[in-house]
Amino acid sequence: MTRWKPVLIIGFLASFPLWLTSPYFLHILITTGIFTIAAMSLNLLLGFTGQLSLGHVAFFGIGAYASALLSLGFEVHVTEDVALGVAPKPVWLAMVFGTLAAGLCGFALGKIAFKVRGAYFVIVSISFAEVVRLVAVNWVELTQGPMALNNIPPLKLGTPDLLELSFLRKPAYFYLVLAIATACYVIIRRLVNSHAGRAMIALRENEPLAMSVGIDVTHYLVLATVISAAMAGAAGALYAHYVRIVDPDIFLFIYTVIMVIMVVTGGKGTLAGPIVGGIIFGLLPELLRALGIKPELQWIAFGVVMILVVFLLPQGIVPALDDRWKNRKRHPPHVKPSIHVGSGAPR
Amino acid sequence: MTSASPTVLKVIGLSLRFGGLMAIDDVTFEVQDGEVLSLIGPNGAGKTSVFNAITGYLRPQSGDILYKGSRLSGLQPHAIAARGVVRTFQKTSLFGGQTVFSNVLMGLHLSARQRPLAIILGLSSVARDERKLEDSAWDILRFMGLESHAHELGSALSYGDQRLLEVAIALAARPRLLLLDEPVSGMNPAEKIRFMRMLDKIRRDGTTILLVEHDMRTVMDASDRIICLNHGRVIADGTPREIQSHPEVIRAYLGERAPRAGG
Repeated sequence: MTRWKPVLIIGFLASFPLWLTSPYFLHILITTGIFTIAAMSLNLLLGFTGQLSLGHVAFFGIGAYASALLSLGFEVHVTEDVALGVAPKPVWLAMVFGTLAAGLCGFALGKIAFKVRGAYFVIVSISFAEVVRLVAVNWVELTQGPMALNNIPPLKLGTPDLLELSFLRKPAYFYLVLAIATACYVIIRRLVNSHAGRAMIALRENEPLAMSVGIDVTHYLVLATVISAAMAGAAGALYAHYVRIVDPDIFLFIYTVIMVIMVVTGGKGTLAGPIVGGIIFGLLPELLRALGIKPELQWIAFGVVMILVVFLLPQGIVPALDDRWKNRKRHPPHVKPSIHVGSGAPR
Repeated sequence: MTSASPTVLKVIGLSLRFGGLMAIDDVTFEVQDGEVLSLIGPNGAGKTSVFNAITGYLRPQSGDILYKGSRLSGLQPHAIAARGVVRTFQKTSLFGGQTVFSNVLMGLHLSARQRPLAIILGLSSVARDERKLEDSAWDILRFMGLESHAHELGSALSYGDQRLLEVAIALAARPRLLLLDEPVSGMNPAEKIRFMRMLDKIRRDGTTILLVEHDMRTVMDASDRIICLNHGRVIADGTPREIQSHPEVIRAYLGERAPRAGG
């Protein structure tokens, strides 16, 4: 059963473009998918190592910018006379590069920032995102600043004469996002079930004890940051070649907050949590719009839903459902326990 | 017996200051291979500070710590653990939110042979290594008599079992020198007896043990040798029998005026 569950879920998701022909809904699903990848990547840091990176959107933006720039080509002047130019590269290569660039930034940030923990790390990560945003705004020669990078080429695989696979159409892009999301999920699951993932969880649970059994704290925090940043970068690259315009607003703090909300409401430190949270908060704004709620009220409704989830299910939705499922197995429904000894949160 | 065994750990002139307080003041001692050496002394004598300095949790201001001839001072705790020097903590310290089995698996970190890339690619070598680690975890749980609790949460165990689990986690790191910080504090007499049996088994496996303990019964029964600290200084070093009648030790525990009970 547990073996087949992921296959069934992916099969169900993959069937969407077959019966959901409205491009508008597919668009929502694609952006939701991209944000879910970003949320999964954040969960690796926040959920499994317990480090809150409030600058996570920086990796998303770096992936988007790096991929967009490489696919467009660029020229920057190092000094007055010395210029560095890069010719446009194929989009797939640019996306790979964007992922790697974000991973590299994750490595650098991790190496520097994990000298401190907790609140200090949060501050360092926010500062990092802000610095990257300022670079994007002010380095006009490279990033076009607030004028944004326009006409980013869409992804095409193969050659035009033989067999060309274009991801310009929405169903194709939906499958691309689904494939990459699945790959990220598999990688995170493998990681969590390996000794590297256990080391990360051990750090979250009890850092002094983890060190005492030989776990190199910095090494595993940096490893988690690199993988997490690379995944966020991949999500950013997917975003750049989908909306085909990237401006510095991509680094807005609100996007990090949305990712954190997705992870926390879904259930941090669980594999399915960020997916559940990502889908809920990806679809909720559109659902509210469909219900005819005015945009000003939408954000309020958004906030109310979030507060309700955090208040009623402090562990998140997935752990709460998990507990309920286990309890039902333990006590069959027809034998109602007279006193319910809950292991979960106070009601 | 002690004279024939080689020295595994040398602590030379160790001093550690917290602001104006000398927590450890020029402490020198040696640990012989295979022995059970206890550190005793009144509260605040500096026993736990010695532990923290040896295992890299505190940086001493001066002095040297040599393990099998190589210097431990300046190394990070995880690097010291990798050399075979593993400690437990005075306050119960577990991966509380994890099952007993996972706790031990986490302790087996140093035995794992998995590269990040192999993990991401899902190579079969990783799965094989996981089986091996799981087998080792079961061995350790059986050794400590905790196998029936394997799937309970660490934080849900009884107090005595939690303390045993701490030792199980430490053993999973394959120590050659095991530092136990007040392992029997808070245990009931039955749990203490069980723990002493465990200690004996660990020792017979060839592990050298450095023990900090307040429970004098346990110390006197378990130790080959005892070092008494007071105000950060070594005041006595000898066999349990010698320590029991050492005037400095009696003064440290009972105060300046010698016992006049019944006088």
